[in-house]
Amino acid sequence: MSYNADEKGYYGEFGGAFIPEMLYPNTEELRQNYLRIMEEPSFKKEFDQLLKDYVGRPTPLYFAERLSKKYNAKIYLKREDLCHTGAHKVNNTIGQILMAKKLGKNRIIAETGAGQHGVATATVCALMGIECVVYMGEIDIARQAPNVARMKMLGAEVRPALSGSRTLKDATNEAIRDWINNPVDTHYIIGSVVGPHPYPDMVARFQSVISEEIKWQLKEKEGVENPNYIVACVGGGSNAAGAYYHYLDNPAVNIIAVEAAGKGVHSGESAATSALGKMGIIHGSKTLLMQTEDGQITEPYSISAGLDYPGVGPMHAHLFTTGRAEFISITDDEAMKAGLMMCKLEGIIPAIESSHAFAILDHKKFNPNDIVVINLSGRGDKDLDTYIDYFEL
Amino acid sequence: MKNRIQHKLKEDKKILSIYFTAGYPALNDTVRIIGELEKNGVDLIEIGLPFSDPLADGPTIQESSTTALNNGMHTELLFEQLKDIRKTVSIPLIIMGYFNPVFQYGVEDFCQRCQEIGIDGLILPDLPLDVYLKDYASIFKKYGLVNVFLITPQTSAERIKEIDEASDGFIYMVSSASTTGATEGFGLAQQNYFARITALELKNPQIVGFGINNSETFQKATQSAAGAIIGSAFIKHLTINGVDSISDFIKTIR
Repeated sequence: MSYNADEKGYYGEFGGAFIPEMLYPNTEELRQNYLRIMEEPSFKKEFDQLLKDYVGRPTPLYFAERLSKKYNAKIYLKREDLCHTGAHKVNNTIGQILMAKKLGKNRIIAETGAGQHGVATATVCALMGIECVVYMGEIDIARQAPNVARMKMLGAEVRPALSGSRTLKDATNEAIRDWINNPVDTHYIIGSVVGPHPYPDMVARFQSVISEEIKWQLKEKEGVENPNYIVACVGGGSNAAGAYYHYLDNPAVNIIAVEAAGKGVHSGESAATSALGKMGIIHGSKTLLMQTEDGQITEPYSISAGLDYPGVGPMHAHLFTTGRAEFISITDDEAMKAGLMMCKLEGIIPAIESSHAFAILDHKKFNPNDIVVINLSGRGDKDLDTYIDYFEL
Repeated sequence: MKNRIQHKLKEDKKILSIYFTAGYPALNDTVRIIGELEKNGVDLIEIGLPFSDPLADGPTIQESSTTALNNGMHTELLFEQLKDIRKTVSIPLIIMGYFNPVFQYGVEDFCQRCQEIGIDGLILPDLPLDVYLKDYASIFKKYGLVNVFLITPQTSAERIKEIDEASDGFIYMVSSASTTGATEGFGLAQQNYFARITALELKNPQIVGFGINNSETFQKATQSAAGAIIGSAFIKHLTINGVDSISDFIKTIR
């Protein structure tokens, strides 16, 4: 069985392109060209160069000694938090801005929830001197003021999404509507492995540099390319897709996907899509999503804005239903506690999204020789207000 | 027996089609709005099944959908409201919505209910051509439902021909690259687009939608096409003037 997208963008029964005809030419242009462009030597060269000199790759694979001692396993952290702009998101935006240039686009749109993807997009647009419009839910604009300011400083226009619940899913709807209205000159940089084909596959490929590096870094440190476990948090699932990518077809590597349980999976305030979702269509993709019995998409909840999405990328829906990945849900409280533990034990303030991944260490039992790689997808500077409020610092 | 849509399209007149969102302005306005529209000479009605995330719609239809859902509209209730509609209404009725609510109801169950009620067709903008042909065309056919596809100024001639081949009612010709409710009017670009489509000599007639909001745009849109669809402008009228004044609105169109 393959865990990657087929040529029509299906991961098993998930994926595809469920889009109104107005979007067909845009996605079709991308579908026909993305693989060819990604294979072009000039594209590869520029992408690799920017990842190295601008993003700061390769990011370290760090042996977390005190954490390993505490949990009695060999725990490595993949330090995506050390990327320029503070998270893995920029791997994808670098790739997509180069893609947009190759396609002759001169205007970029993006959606953002907490603002991390918006900042990563605004950053690469500034780098390339391309106009940038970022859609952000009105409610998120109010609660993520520093990232709104960062985007503005980087020259982007931040447009509030005023429809629906005025959060990430509505910002995504607004970006898609913008694309419908500007079908020729605009490229839409989606921030996760979601949306219509070819986005999930394209974003996964841009993020796959994460597991590509883990393989040789682990070989250097442990003499083997494969860990026993690879762990990542999943909202839409782009950091996870990148961390799993080169291990998907190797059953010796156990995949753990960590979702946000919010205040508890069955509390009514959760974002644990694998537990609560049913197959359906969201943002042009057939996947698992949280919805009413009637097929209306519901509003998720998590303390971490980056995991606060009612769907999950089709790759992850497939990994879940086939049993290839083990899905674990972590509550707000468990994640916050794990975040603070990482500060005290390793001197690293993780993004609250990534803190969810560390919280599984209290749930899973590992053998002392097990190599466990946890993707530290982002740093916690953006979350200081939440940490301060939560711990009354 | 031929489907009511196919019959209607044989008549020698320009089709006026009206879209409204079921459950808006009030939950139980559905049957009354349909009755008023028929009484005032509308030829075809698109009943909008509201969805939480209507990607192809502008603010007017988005807001009407949100209100309708807040009012308590849902799929089963819409079918319940419509169950006796064929006792009083004879013009073609189409349900327009997004694919997910239909998918959750079960596509075959949904189509069967439509047939029982006397619905003639469906417009599901985010159900793509290839998926429809592979998985659902036979079900639509079994229940006598016409599936209506959209084309836009960006749709290639090759794809329009594929869509024409897969259609057996009419083609929904989106007037410009936009979401619903755009008001840029019908200029040279639209005229060229309409002429280009006419020259393709498609087997299905075309009905123009998006951007039609008054008599002038209706006239322009129907110069070469078989008819035109009004949605957002009608919903705005309902919002301001209520259900009682539907005849006033239709009079301003033709």
